Amino acid sequence: MKLTLRVWRQKNAGADGAMSTYEVDGISQDMSFLEMLDTLNEELILKGEDPVAFDHDCREGICGACSLVINGDAHGPERTTTCQLHMRSFDDGDTIDIEPWRASAFPVVKDLVVDRSAFDRIIQAGGYITAPTGAAPEAHATPVPKPDADFAFEHAECIGCGACVAACPNGSAMLFTSAKVNHLNVLPQGSPERETRVLDMVGQMDDEGFGGCTLTGECATACPKGIPLPSIAAMNKEWLRANRKAAKR
Amino acid sequence: MRSLAPTVICMALATRPVKGTAPGKRPSPARSLWDSTIGKKTVMAVSGLIMLGYLVAHMIGNLKVFFGPDEMNAYARFLRTMGEPVLHHEWALWLVRIVLVAAVVGHAVSAYQLSRRDIKARPQKYVHKRKRASYATRTMRWGGIILALFIVWHILDLTTGTVHPGEFEHLHPYQNLIDTFSTWYGNVIYIVAVSAVGLHVRHGFWSAAQTLGVGNARRERLLKLIANTLALVLTLGFVSVPVAVMTGVVS
Repeated sequence: MKLTLRVWRQKNAGADGAMSTYEVDGISQDMSFLEMLDTLNEELILKGEDPVAFDHDCREGICGACSLVINGDAHGPERTTTCQLHMRSFDDGDTIDIEPWRASAFPVVKDLVVDRSAFDRIIQAGGYITAPTGAAPEAHATPVPKPDADFAFEHAECIGCGACVAACPNGSAMLFTSAKVNHLNVLPQGSPERETRVLDMVGQMDDEGFGGCTLTGECATACPKGIPLPSIAAMNKEWLRANRKAAKR
Repeated sequence: MRSLAPTVICMALATRPVKGTAPGKRPSPARSLWDSTIGKKTVMAVSGLIMLGYLVAHMIGNLKVFFGPDEMNAYARFLRTMGEPVLHHEWALWLVRIVLVAAVVGHAVSAYQLSRRDIKARPQKYVHKRKRASYATRTMRWGGIILALFIVWHILDLTTGTVHPGEFEHLHPYQNLIDTFSTWYGNVIYIVAVSAVGLHVRHGFWSAAQTLGVGNARRERLLKLIANTLALVLTLGFVSVPVAVMTGVVS
């Protein structure tokens, strides 16, 4: 396959960026999207040019490091992570636009790499349990109803890649935060901090400069792990409940 | 290496200080309701539902036009006498007006502040454009502005009579609305506005349900059905009046 790539190049956080055009040839349709970029970078290095910086780690769709907006879609045309996107999703001769996540809370570090530490600080604000857990306990020690376990697991699938923020026209982190809040709030292990968790995590989310939710649904469409849109409603319910309880105290 | 590990972790965590509220220094519930994005959306949801309830009553009231001038005008007088003798003349009507003004102001101020925040959160657009979200969703902001302007014109036209075409007669809505809908611009403005109402309600009602935490995976279809039905019935109900005047059914 022969492709034309239009890639966002930006030297550093302070510099102005622009789209640069590159031609790549000899791309196999069995390559992953990142392997295609590796091919481009090898050529650039051989030519003595600066390779395109992009985030990647596990390359098996579970770490949440890769983060590219491909032709306007976070993680590209398939509902998966960029590392699990294969070149068979494209045609020979295609022009592909590659851009970084866009959100003021995710400033560009270089080229396609953005600083997603805002997510870490949301987790720090309450995305944990305080109970000392030690080694894995006996499975029946704390019974969890099956629907609750399923609900928690569905939300625990979030890998924190930030595609929801990138896809949202408001740069909102509601889907990410709701996945984390719902995952822990429904479980007995997470219930001691049920109210403080949602209040603090939402507070941190707002402080980081993420936008508000207008229920466009773009986040859930982009999510490679299929965190559903009603997660946001579930978190809203938790937040309103926690705020009511705080008012009584 | 072992002794280095904790230092490395600490450094990683300490690259940027955690902004925002320290634990134990949480803002008051009323404060966080107004300061938080979720709280402001709650204000929008509740005020929106109040206005939606009013719109349903208003639309049903408008249908009185099909039962002749006497019934319509009697209904207008009733709106002033309702609540009597417990309440003084027009008190109930003014109460409704005060609640509505509060709802409009709360809705508009929240929308303005949230929109500013949203635009700031996504300062740079993607080079590769693609159509995002449904038409109703994308037109919420402009639709809201159109509706706000329409409400001003609508009150000046049919409540105060300031910009009314022809002779405005207080407590004779039947004759007044025929005046308005006998002008081309009256029809155009009104039909555009009530179409905007339909689109606004379509996304707004469903969104309000999500914001208030009523939505879940099982209720998705039901909530969307209610939203679409409300939008359609409201628009058709409102549009029926100018159409009736234009076609001569009401004259």
